[in-house]
Amino acid sequence: MPAISLAKAPQPLATDPAQIRNFAIIAHINHGKSTLADRMLGITEVVDARNMRAQYLDRMDIERERGITIKSQAVRLPWRSGIDGKEYILNMIDTPGHVDFTYEVSRSLAASEGAVLLVDCAQGIEAQTLANLYLAMENNLTIIPVLNKIDLPNAQPDKFAAELAKLIGCEPEDCLRVSGKTGGGVTELLDQIIAKIPAPKGDANAPARALIFDSVYDSYRGVVTYVRVFDGHLSSRDQIQMFSTGVRHEMLEVGVISPEPVPSKGLGVGEVGYLITGVKDVRQSRVGDTVTTYNNPTKKALAGYKDPKPMVFSGLFPIDGADFPVLRDALDKLQLNDAALVYEPESSVALGFGFRCGFLGLLHMEIVRERLEREHKLNLISTAPNVVYNVIMDDGKEIRVTNPSEFPDGKVKSVNEPIVKSTILAPSEYIGTIMELCQDRRGILLGMDYISEERVEIRYELPLAEIVFDFFDQLKSRTKGYASLDYEEKGDSEGNLVKVDILLHGEAVDAFSAIVHRDKAYAYGLMMTGKLRELIPRQQFEVPIQAAIGSRIIARESIRAIRKDVLAKCYGGDISRKRKLLEKQKEGKKRMKMVGRVEVPQEAFVAALATDADIAKVKAARKQR
Amino acid sequence: MSQLSFYVHIPYCIKRCGYCDFNTYTPNELQDGATLEIVSNDYIDAVLAELEASPRDEVPTIFFGGGTPSLLPAKDLGRVISTIKTRNGLSPDCEITLEANPDSVTEEKLAQYISVGFNRISFGMQSAIPHVLAVLDRTHNPDNVAKAVTMARAAGFKSISVDLIYGTPGESLSDWQLSVESALALDIDHISAYALIVETGTKLAAQIKRGELTMPNDDLMADMYLLVNQLCNLAGLQWYELSNWAKAGHECRHNIAYWENKNWWGLGPGAHSHINGKRFWNVKHPTAYKSKLFARESPILESEVLSPEQMRDESIMLGIRMREGIDLDSLNASQIARLSSYRETGHINLLNNHLQLSPTGRLIADRIVSELTI
Repeated sequence: MPAISLAKAPQPLATDPAQIRNFAIIAHINHGKSTLADRMLGITEVVDARNMRAQYLDRMDIERERGITIKSQAVRLPWRSGIDGKEYILNMIDTPGHVDFTYEVSRSLAASEGAVLLVDCAQGIEAQTLANLYLAMENNLTIIPVLNKIDLPNAQPDKFAAELAKLIGCEPEDCLRVSGKTGGGVTELLDQIIAKIPAPKGDANAPARALIFDSVYDSYRGVVTYVRVFDGHLSSRDQIQMFSTGVRHEMLEVGVISPEPVPSKGLGVGEVGYLITGVKDVRQSRVGDTVTTYNNPTKKALAGYKDPKPMVFSGLFPIDGADFPVLRDALDKLQLNDAALVYEPESSVALGFGFRCGFLGLLHMEIVRERLEREHKLNLISTAPNVVYNVIMDDGKEIRVTNPSEFPDGKVKSVNEPIVKSTILAPSEYIGTIMELCQDRRGILLGMDYISEERVEIRYELPLAEIVFDFFDQLKSRTKGYASLDYEEKGDSEGNLVKVDILLHGEAVDAFSAIVHRDKAYAYGLMMTGKLRELIPRQQFEVPIQAAIGSRIIARESIRAIRKDVLAKCYGGDISRKRKLLEKQKEGKKRMKMVGRVEVPQEAFVAALATDADIAKVKAARKQR
Repeated sequence: MSQLSFYVHIPYCIKRCGYCDFNTYTPNELQDGATLEIVSNDYIDAVLAELEASPRDEVPTIFFGGGTPSLLPAKDLGRVISTIKTRNGLSPDCEITLEANPDSVTEEKLAQYISVGFNRISFGMQSAIPHVLAVLDRTHNPDNVAKAVTMARAAGFKSISVDLIYGTPGESLSDWQLSVESALALDIDHISAYALIVETGTKLAAQIKRGELTMPNDDLMADMYLLVNQLCNLAGLQWYELSNWAKAGHECRHNIAYWENKNWWGLGPGAHSHINGKRFWNVKHPTAYKSKLFARESPILESEVLSPEQMRDESIMLGIRMREGIDLDSLNASQIARLSSYRETGHINLLNNHLQLSPTGRLIADRIVSELTI
C-alpha cells in the first residue's frame, strides 16, 4: 500500500524539504472539496475507517451545515509515491471559499507551492474559484486541474476540461478526473501532486521565518496558530516573536495536524504545522504575520502582511433590550477567534442599545450574526449594511463615516466611496441581463471574455455599496442562479452621494437613514416611507412619514389618524375580560418605542429592516415547525 | 343602605344567530323531547336555588337578558321577580327590564309580563334593512318591531328601548341611516347601538374567514357611530354611555350599576357577579349549572378579588364611557399630563373638573384608557 503509518513516516523537524509537497485546494462551495479531503485522509490512512466522519476537517456546525469552509486547516499526509516509490509528506492546506476571505485565501496560497484546482464537472468553474485561481497563478503556484464528481449522471468532464485548459493554458487531457464520493482517481491525484508540485526551498541555517496562514481560538488551548516555515526552524524550546508587534511569546507546544494535533520537537524548512503560545486572542497572532525566534530574530518579514480591514458595517441590536450584555459577551468571545470583526456600542432611538459592527463582507456579516444567534441564543435585528464613506467638508476636514447617522450636516464638498473590481461568470445567454443590472448599479464595464463557447467572464467596476445592497440576490435571481460573483477592492472614488433621512412626524428615525446615490434617493425614500406606512399603527393624530435630503422633503406618505379603537359593549360579564385585555395591552405598551410623539411597536421597526431573505428565513423556520 | 341589582340570564333562543357568541342554547339542544314549559320551569327552579346564596339587600333593578327571555312564559319569569321581592324587597322605583324578540311577543304575553312586574322592555331590532338582517341571521320581519313597540306601550311598559347593530357586512352608511331613522320614528325612550363584533367560533367569523363576507373598515364604522350619535341627539335621546342614548330619566339604571361598579348578582349559567370588589362567575353550560344547584352545590366556576390597582383600572375603564366622565381629582398629575395630546386633537374635553370624551374620543376610548392605566 502507498500509505505509510505515521510512526514510520518522516518526522517533523527531520524531514528533508525535498520530500515535502505543500498544496492548497481551490474550489467553490459545494464543488466537493471537503469530500475530496475526506477521501485523502482515508486513502493515506491518517484517519482509519472507524473514525471517519463526513467533512472531517470542518470544525464548526455552521461550516458543515452550509457546506462551506470558513477557516482553513492544514493536514500532514504521509504518502509513498506510486510513480517513484519514495516516501513523501504532503501538506494539504485548506482554503476558505468565499469572496470575503480573499486575504486568508491569499495567505494559504502563499504557504503553498502548488494548488489543486477542483471543479465540479456538472457545474464548471465559478467566479470566486476563478479569482482564487488567478491569485494562485500570480503567486506562481503550480496548478493541477481536477474535475470532480465524474460519477454524477450529468457530469460533462470533456466540456469543462476544455474550459479549464483554456484558463490555465494546458491541454484538456492534463485535467485529472476524480470522484471524491467513490474515491476514483484520488490515488493518482496524490501521485501527481508529488510529481508536479515543486518541493519547498529555504535556508535551514537562516533566522527562522514562518508565515501565519491561519489562527484559531480554542477554548481549552487558547489560540492555535497555523504556520508554514520558510527559513530556519521553530522548536518546542524556542521563545517566539511576532514580527509586526515585536511581542514575545512562550512556546507551549508545536506540532503537526494529522489530522488531530500531534506535538513534535519542532518544524523545519518547508514544513507546515501549528503553534500554541497561551495567547487568548487571535488578534495577537494575525494571519499574514511572520513568526520568528526571540533569540535569533529575522530582520526581514515575509511579504504580504495586511491588517484585516472591515469593509461593511451594520448595527446589531438585541430584540429584547435585556440581552444587551449577552450580546456584548458574545461579541467579545467571537472576536477571540475573528481578528477581522470590530464593534463598538451604538444606541438607536428605534432599536435601543446595540453594537455597530464592521465585517469583511456580507458573508462574514451573515456568519457572525448566525453564530451570535445560534451559539448565544440571541434574537437579533440588524440595520441595512453600509460601506465606509470618506466625507470631505468645504473646509477640507475629512470625516470617516461608518454609520449613516454620522454623516455630517454641514457643507459637504465631496464624498468618496469604496470601489471594487468585480468578476462575474455566467452562461452567455445572461450577458444582457447582467449588464443591465450592473449599469443600474453604477457599474463601469472593464471587459468581457468568453472562457468557453457558452460561458463568459464579465468584469465591472462597481461601488461596493451597490454590491452590499442586494446585488448578489438580484444577480442570482436574474440568472436563475447560474451567475457567480467575485470582487476585490480597488480603492475609493468620488460619488454623487447623499444621506436620506426618514422622518416620522418630523423626527428622524436613525435606523432608517441611508447614504445613497442621488439618483436613487427618491426610490429609497419611496420604498421606506411606503413600508413604514404599512407597519406603523394609526395614532390619534395623522402622522406624516417623510424622506428628506437635509431639509428637502423628497417623498411623503401619511398614516391617517385612528378613528376607532373601542369595544362597543361593556356589560357585567364583559368587565373582567376587558380588564384582562387592558392588562395585556400594558405589557405590549412596554415594548412600544416612542419616536417623538409617535408610538411604534418594536415589531414594526424589525419588520421594516428585515430583508426579503430574513422574511424567507422566518417563513422556512415556521414551516419546519 | 347598600343595594343589590340582579341580572337573570335566560340561556335559550329559538335559533342561534350567526354573529352571536352568547351563552345560549335552543331548548332542543338541552333536553331531548322536553317541552319548553318543562325546560323553563326546571330552569327557574335552579335560578331560585342560586338566589338563596345572594345577599338580602334591597333591589333597585332587575334585568332579564339572554338568550331570549321573552321565549319563557311570563309566569316563570314572574316567579323570580316575586321571590326577590319577598326575600330582598324592591325599591319603590325598581326598574325591571325584559329583553325581547319583536317576533315572540303578543298583546297577551306583554300584558302578562306587565302583570308579573316588568316595567321596561328592550327589543332586539338590530336593523330595519332586510339584507342586513339576513346577514345577521335574524328571523324577524322589520315591520314587527313597530308593532311590538306599539303593543308594549299599550300594555303599559313605561320605558321602551331598541337595540341596533351597525357595521354588518354589506351595510352601507345610508342603510344604517335608514335603520336609525326607523328606530327613532318609533315611540321609544332609549336606543343602544353596537358595532358588530366578529367573535371567534361564530358562523359569521367562518363566513368572513372563507371570504364570503367582508367586514366594513374602521372608518365606515366610525362614521356610522357619529351618525347615530347625531341622529339620536337631534331626536331628543341624549348620549349617556358609549353605546347608549336615552330620553331624560330613561337611562337604563341597571346598566349604570355595572358602569358605576355597584353590587350586582348574575343568576344563571355563565352569569357574572360583582360584590364589594369581588367578581365571580358561574359554570357556563345550563345542564352543568342545573345539576350543581340541584345537588346543592355552588355553581360558581371562578372568582377574583380585585387589587386596588385593578379597581382603579376598572373605574377608569368604565367611568370614561359615561356622560359624566372621570373626576379629575381621581387622576394623578402624570395621567392628566398624558391626556394633553388628546385634548389637542379634540378627543377629550375637561369640563366641570371632569374628563369627558368627545364623540371622536369615544371612538378611541380604549386607547385613551390604556394611556391612563399604564
